[in-house]
Amino acid sequence: MELLAFGKTGWGDELFYATLMTLAVSVTAMLIGFFFALIFTPLKLSKNKFLNLIGNFYTTVIRGVPELLVIYLFFFGGSGTIMFVASMFGYFEYIEINAFITGSFAIGIISGAYSTEVFRGAIQSIDKGQFEASKVLGIKKHIQFYKVILPQMLRLAIPNLSNVWQITLKDTSLISVTGLVEIMRQSYIAAGSTRDPLFFYSFAAVLYLLLTYFSMKLINKLELKYSRGY
Amino acid sequence: MNIFKKTIFSVLASLLIVGNVYAADKIRIGTEGAYPPWNSKDASGKLIGFEVELAWSLCRYMGKQCEIVEQDWDGMIPALLMRKFDAIMAGMSITAERQKTITFSQGYADEVAQLAVMKGSSLEGMDTPSGINLSLGGSDVNKALKTLTGALAGKTVCVQTATIHQNFLDSGDVGAVNVRTYKTQDEVNLDLASGRCDAALAAAVAFTDYAEKSGKSVVLVGPTFSGGAFGNGVGVGIRQGGDDTIGKRDAELLKSFNKAIDEARKDGVISKLAIKHFGFDASM
Amino acid sequence: MDFELMINSLPKLLNATVITLKLLSLSLFFGLFIGFLFAVLRMNKNPIINKFAYGYSYVFRGTPLLVQIFIIYYGLGQVEYLRSTVLWVILKEPYWCAIIAFALNTGAYTSEILRSAFQTIKPGMIEAGKSLGISSKIIFYKIQIPIAIRQSLPAYGNEIILMLKGTSLASTVTLMDLTGVAKYIISTTFKPIEVFIVAGGIYLFMTFLVHNTIKYLERKFSY
Repeated sequence: MELLAFGKTGWGDELFYATLMTLAVSVTAMLIGFFFALIFTPLKLSKNKFLNLIGNFYTTVIRGVPELLVIYLFFFGGSGTIMFVASMFGYFEYIEINAFITGSFAIGIISGAYSTEVFRGAIQSIDKGQFEASKVLGIKKHIQFYKVILPQMLRLAIPNLSNVWQITLKDTSLISVTGLVEIMRQSYIAAGSTRDPLFFYSFAAVLYLLLTYFSMKLINKLELKYSRGY
Repeated sequence: MNIFKKTIFSVLASLLIVGNVYAADKIRIGTEGAYPPWNSKDASGKLIGFEVELAWSLCRYMGKQCEIVEQDWDGMIPALLMRKFDAIMAGMSITAERQKTITFSQGYADEVAQLAVMKGSSLEGMDTPSGINLSLGGSDVNKALKTLTGALAGKTVCVQTATIHQNFLDSGDVGAVNVRTYKTQDEVNLDLASGRCDAALAAAVAFTDYAEKSGKSVVLVGPTFSGGAFGNGVGVGIRQGGDDTIGKRDAELLKSFNKAIDEARKDGVISKLAIKHFGFDASM
Repeated sequence: MDFELMINSLPKLLNATVITLKLLSLSLFFGLFIGFLFAVLRMNKNPIINKFAYGYSYVFRGTPLLVQIFIIYYGLGQVEYLRSTVLWVILKEPYWCAIIAFALNTGAYTSEILRSAFQTIKPGMIEAGKSLGISSKIIFYKIQIPIAIRQSLPAYGNEIILMLKGTSLASTVTLMDLTGVAKYIISTTFKPIEVFIVAGGIYLFMTFLVHNTIKYLERKFSY
């Protein structure tokens, strides 16, 4: 237990902050994922073949390649691309992207591919009559999207989004390359330093289980709230 | 509804703070933080070790502001090339292989590599000269390599990935050894102790440090290695210079590191730090 | 972009793909057994057995695969008692440690997939069988299992793809699978992007094959 002491001698406070970091990265990545999903879901549903291709390319590639590779590619390729773009505008200095943003984006891209699939499925399962009904009522297209489609989509999507959340939460264990100190990296450091991997990796497992347990409770509450009136 | 507005807002907000313009006069130094006693982390997460202290003192000599960046070993050189940092101080030996891609300052410390086994191993008591320099060659070297080839045949030897130790074992100088590579030296040590590895190859100090801290009976065997695949000491890794702004700055950085190392050596700073962390003077 | 490196690394990476496929097939094989066993335990009426099976799947689905593989490889490797037992013959090998971790992980997901497939079988079907005087054993093997398999095909197809991607973590315990060899090539060429793009392409191709095979099977077994 002294391994978990807070302060200078133990790893308790470090692991506590690492848990908060895991949570923060997961939430940010999930939000970034939503952002990607908002772009790519319409593309996937589009009747335009080219747009459709782009949408499918994103979800197929990201979901078909190991997360570790996506993260490495983003880590090594991401800043290179940004600097290349900057150099076209005549800016040649190094652009520092902090580890939190790099990590969140790497996971967010992956999370977004899964969210896109969930949103697509949800929209497709909305009764076609709804679209026609709002047309008949003369509701404008974007209002129709926000007031009619979106709320229903959310209700249909929440159960599947909770899966995406779990995937996202667990994927954060792979961003060690970015140097961000989340649960896995902190346990890795502690295991290396104390030479007690069994204890620290088991403890990491417990921390992940706690995060899963409490976040699922919260999501279930949300689900209840959104399914009201049905 | 609200959720979505908030989502879009927070993503846009985070995009705005993505780019952090970096101050050109600040030197960022990459280190691993998992190769004690060269560089490691303490229980409060702070980077410590010979190279961490040396880095701060070299920065003082250069009169520059510094930042030490943590980077996993296997991505060290790629990250330097991607300009995640400007210099590497991570127990990285100066080798011809690496010099194809990056450049090095003059060496600041000697890394002596040696094989380690657990007490009671059949590899204990190998009869070889106490040290060989692969660059020099000669009958001693040939004899030692022959002995090693025989002793290590069919054995599993563990090394950290992308190291001089891996390069040496892959070179075929000691025959077809079963090489197993790990992400960190810590993991090599764990598997040496567990018996998954018949032997491990790394800086001798990495093993003595591990033996001392863990109380495991790790024994160094065979000759100490230098030269050839093992390179010529440990130096600061820097991008190769060029004609553009960044290239010129990198060339300039190389010069100032060399100068700082000269001064630190003259003042005895490197020796003092080496004795503090290694227990003997490994400076060069 | 170093296209020459991409072409040169392709044969080595394809070679390593064989190990990836071996890891995948063995893990899925053992995982199916584990999954089937725990799906049956989950449907048991005894609350203790039921809870135990639920606990297993909760723990393995609620923690990252990387943590599981590290506990089994590095964690158990440090337990001195284990090293003196017969188990060490298996645990000594990174190959088997990886397969154990993968099989336990995919077993947890498989048990959930099979359980929900069994539960979607309409009670009427079983009753129909019973009224025809068919024994409940035969109903289980000849009616429930075939329907459950058909029901679980799409979800199991996804699980195969997740596991295929999961095998990339074998490289963290020294195995030279596709990702392991990709990292090895990078360690001497220092060009991560080129090598990972080729490796990613190979993974993508395998995902594509799995996806289409499952689609084909779904059509074949549709009723």
